[in-house]
Amino acid sequence: MDLLALIMQIYVFVLAIFVGFELITKVPPTLHTPLMSGSNAISGITIVGALIVAGEGLNMLSTVLGLLALIFATINVVGGYLVTDRMLKMFKKK
Amino acid sequence: MQIVSYIIYLLASVLFIFGIKKLGSPKTARQGNMLSSIGMFLAVVITLFDHMIITYEWIIVGLIVGALIGSTMALKVQMTGMPQMVGLLNGFGGGASALVALGEYFKVDTPAFEINIIITVVLSVLIGAVTFTGSMIAFGKLQGIVTGKVVKYPLQNPINVLLFLVTLVAGVFLVIDQTHSELLIGIVAVALVLGVLLVLPIGGADMPVAISLLNSYSGIAASMTGFVINNNMLIIAGALVGASGIILTLIMCRGMNRSLMNVVLGGWESAGSSDPAAGDGTQKAHKSIDSEELAMLFDAASNCIIVPGYGMAVAQAQHAIRDLANILESKGIKVRFAIHPVAGRMPGHMNVLLAEAQVSYDKLFALEDINDDFPNTDIVLVVGANDVVNPAARHDKSSPIFGMPILNVDYAKTVIVNKRSMNVGYAGIDNELFYLDNTLMYFGDAKGAVTKLVNELKEL
Repeated sequence: MDLLALIMQIYVFVLAIFVGFELITKVPPTLHTPLMSGSNAISGITIVGALIVAGEGLNMLSTVLGLLALIFATINVVGGYLVTDRMLKMFKKK
Repeated sequence: MQIVSYIIYLLASVLFIFGIKKLGSPKTARQGNMLSSIGMFLAVVITLFDHMIITYEWIIVGLIVGALIGSTMALKVQMTGMPQMVGLLNGFGGGASALVALGEYFKVDTPAFEINIIITVVLSVLIGAVTFTGSMIAFGKLQGIVTGKVVKYPLQNPINVLLFLVTLVAGVFLVIDQTHSELLIGIVAVALVLGVLLVLPIGGADMPVAISLLNSYSGIAASMTGFVINNNMLIIAGALVGASGIILTLIMCRGMNRSLMNVVLGGWESAGSSDPAAGDGTQKAHKSIDSEELAMLFDAASNCIIVPGYGMAVAQAQHAIRDLANILESKGIKVRFAIHPVAGRMPGHMNVLLAEAQVSYDKLFALEDINDDFPNTDIVLVVGANDVVNPAARHDKSSPIFGMPILNVDYAKTVIVNKRSMNVGYAGIDNELFYLDNTLMYFGDAKGAVTKLVNELKEL
């Protein structure tokens, strides 16, 4: 097992959490709903894994799981970004 | 080619971070969301060129079906239905992460993964499955399919702890002997049940916390999937979302002066009791006012603060309230909105509804920015809010909401409370605000009542 590679991944994970905390605490309450749906769309990044599993064509079971994952993740990504944009369009200052 | 895709993944990660950074101001937020979606698009496109992908037929099917469903949902949903929408999307994200990890596991006949991979497969499946069913229950509660009340069942905590331990033990055994696929299927089944049991006890008004927490879970599940498929971009993006969800969760808990545990384990002690206002037995008197008198009262005022709550969302009264604000302003009355952190069913719910009604966002104030101004305010209009304006939270140590930060509306010269009836709010307690000398009750459905008031004001 490549322990070093794992530790580097944990580094990335921990540092990204700190970046997340720094960024999010600066978002004003007015934008909390779009923040939530926008970040939700980002969590659809798992679509990358879904694409690979659905496209590897190794066996029926994993392809089906991959296809289902891809549908879910695509709903998450497309729905999340569109609905966030729809909301943000409305935030106006007169 | 591998190098190119790594560089694109790095670029996508940077775009996500910039995107969230720009969400920090209403002026740049839309652009931020755009940047983040460009990052996502790049990540998807470069992945399609991955050497591991050999067949595209299912990919095309999946992308088209998902995009059709996702875009239909996003364009059809009403702004008042936004909490459900976000709940549902959380669930799909979590479910997708669990499915990817399962697909990775089942793609070989005799699994022999490295230990870090198999551990993260278990974590990804566990967190993803809990997020999936938990979000579906949250969706059901917000949509009114599942009861919004606090649901208590016998041995609630022991059962959940036990189920969680079962998944952990099964996980350990799977790591030791990876060929036992039935263990992984068992983990999925138990995790799906756990998601239902964890969210079921949470009451409707506590949904802001539940939704934020599930948002965080869906991020962490994506991050775990990143460990499984050895992709730093997933780890980064997932961690960002995980952090965002946790912060919002904590803000919501602070807004109610309650611990996360207290919320997750099921509501205020008296919440959901069917015996409202049992109280001390003495019949307290409230005063009410009709629309005509109220219009004259407003006409004589020079400033006012409107406090919206979940009742505004239920009645779809945001447009009527915008009309009210406009007519008051045309009469030279200063109008501002005070928004409690947990008003509504998700963080920022009221702000989105008022934005939909084209209320300028610089008129919306958070609790800490406006609370000192109530003593200098002529009229406060409370529309569909209850517990968050109950003065008992300040002084009544026996009240379940004691210590919760509230909007000090009772300090204003006159408080108008619009409600359909004298019923109690979510915490199941009577609100002493309604009986104060400077409080006038204005009964009626929020939309109808406010529209009537606007018409009266027009005639003055």
